[in-house]
Amino acid sequence: MKVMSFHLMPYADLDLGVKDKYRTVWIVLPNSHYDPQKGHALYNRYLDELELCAELGFDGICVNEHHQNAYGLMPSPVVMASALARRTRDCRIAILGNAFCLREHPLTLAEEHAMLDVITGGRLISGFVRGVGSEYFSFGVNPVDSLERHQEAHDLVVQAWTRPGPFAFEGKHYHCEYVNLWPRPYQKPHPPIWCPSMGSVETLEWAAHPDRKYVYLQAYSPAEAVARYLDLYRELAQRRYGYEASSDRIGWSTPVYVAATDEAAVNEAREHIEALFNVFLPKQSELMFFPPGYMSPESLKRALAAKRGHRGGVKIEQLIERGVMICGSPDTVRCRIAECHHRMGFQEFVCMLQFGTLPAHLTEKNIRLFAAEVLPAIRALTDRDYRGFELPRVAAE
Amino acid sequence: MAFAVQTVDINGCKLSYRRGGGGAPLAYLHGTDGLAEWPAILDTLAERFDVVVPDHPGFGASEMPPWADDVSDVAYLYLDLFETLDLSGVHVVGHSLGGWIALEMAVRSTARLRSLTLISSAGIHVKGVPKADIFMVDPEDLARLAYADPKIAEEAAARAGADKYQDLAILNRIASARFGWQPRFFNPRLERWLHRVNVPTHVIWGEGDRIIPPAYAEAFHRLIPGSALTMIPNAGHLPHVERPPAVAQAMQGFLPN
Repeated sequence: MKVMSFHLMPYADLDLGVKDKYRTVWIVLPNSHYDPQKGHALYNRYLDELELCAELGFDGICVNEHHQNAYGLMPSPVVMASALARRTRDCRIAILGNAFCLREHPLTLAEEHAMLDVITGGRLISGFVRGVGSEYFSFGVNPVDSLERHQEAHDLVVQAWTRPGPFAFEGKHYHCEYVNLWPRPYQKPHPPIWCPSMGSVETLEWAAHPDRKYVYLQAYSPAEAVARYLDLYRELAQRRYGYEASSDRIGWSTPVYVAATDEAAVNEAREHIEALFNVFLPKQSELMFFPPGYMSPESLKRALAAKRGHRGGVKIEQLIERGVMICGSPDTVRCRIAECHHRMGFQEFVCMLQFGTLPAHLTEKNIRLFAAEVLPAIRALTDRDYRGFELPRVAAE
Repeated sequence: MAFAVQTVDINGCKLSYRRGGGGAPLAYLHGTDGLAEWPAILDTLAERFDVVVPDHPGFGASEMPPWADDVSDVAYLYLDLFETLDLSGVHVVGHSLGGWIALEMAVRSTARLRSLTLISSAGIHVKGVPKADIFMVDPEDLARLAYADPKIAEEAAARAGADKYQDLAILNRIASARFGWQPRFFNPRLERWLHRVNVPTHVIWGEGDRIIPPAYAEAFHRLIPGSALTMIPNAGHLPHVERPPAVAQAMQGFLPN
């Protein structure tokens, strides 16, 4: 199994009291609550944390994109990946992901990813995402067109990376007379493409398609939902597309906290993970999460039903119990990941070792302990440790 | 008054409309909530007019055709509808999104139009006067914003809360977003062509409209040559639903039979 370290880069210095006034830290929280001096310290601390992971032998370090919020402060993950490119030597740098479809011109990102791939000698992983619902408020892009634009932006970018230019791209949303990328990406045919998702059948169907077979990365969710979506990839591959999905196409991303004992881990992580779920994550309204047309009516109803049960006031015990996070002694964490791997067979594991307000000293302790006590054991997990996939008699969709 | 539901194919779009009454033709173009709640004023109007009430593409029982990208497509669709049904001398009454569609029709062709009634119409932007963002607030809160009378507002909020996960409400929101997401419920190029509206136009607005503030009523009145303006007291964004007698009276004086 490959193990990577992911950072959200939250504004950990946020006055958590703003939640009472604004109900959310997305879109409407005035940016007067952001202090650039503190932001300077945070960015550099977070980059140090990812560089430490690279030094300690993680297979990769990961950044992502969000806009106009205190939850994740990387409106441009390319900037962060660039800062990391020359400070690391061997590990993969994963952008999980970039929302190409939010751009009026996705070729700007295609060019930047190609530059990163060439600078790093082919260490880039390109994540293609649509952005969360609130991004459609921030960017003014119509959520109704989101899926169509996402897929068309992908076609444009992959063609730009692989087809000899110049050529014309004639799409519905993007029409370019001249596509002729300088530089072309380093990796052949192009950087690996990943599809990070909070859980979407549409994304799975698209990622698992035989023309793509992209890595599907399930972002932190209850273990039951993770298993359902990861199994659905294999099921779609087999039932609809007639091939057996390889386990290296299947990834899971989750917050992890390790300390000397289970009790110490829970005590140390508690307020910080609860800040993530109770302050940084909530939106003002359901529409902010799921603007109209962002997903099909069926997916919307499923997503709303899943959300309704878990409103506010989440406790760390529930997060552990539901498998949304992994927290405990090295032994507990190793066993838990091995159990999940036995059940789901993912060969890509992405852990988030800083979350919410987790301060520098605890983050560093977490990273070092994970790297020393957990990483070697879980990296050794292969398909032989997976119980295997059995096609359900009734289609899960 | 009995309205018959009918379907017509326009340019490959199966369009559902209701038709009732008799007299000169009058088309009512609904707002973003569609026709889930039937405005009783349409029954009153059907006593004098042949009232045609389409579901816009993607709303209610009408299909969303793949080619309907923005409000101009809907405007051309309805100009085609009038031709197909051979309606001429049509009084067009549009509420909110429907008012915007009516204006997009009128700047293209008034050949089949006799008059225009704009109730709390969308379509333009007045700098510095924000409209409520109907996509940002939950349906219950939006219903509260839509009415001036707190009692009516609370009742509407309860209905909106009960319906918000129903297919019809979801589809109506999706169709509203398709036509009105960006920029929010206006066409920057519409205002410069409003001088082409050469049929009698009546702008009707609720004095307490918190969705599209009354400053928009004044702007339309100023931009549309010779237009009349009626402000309805104690009414919000749906004056024809909240104060039907006052609006019916205002329309009575304006609409010739």
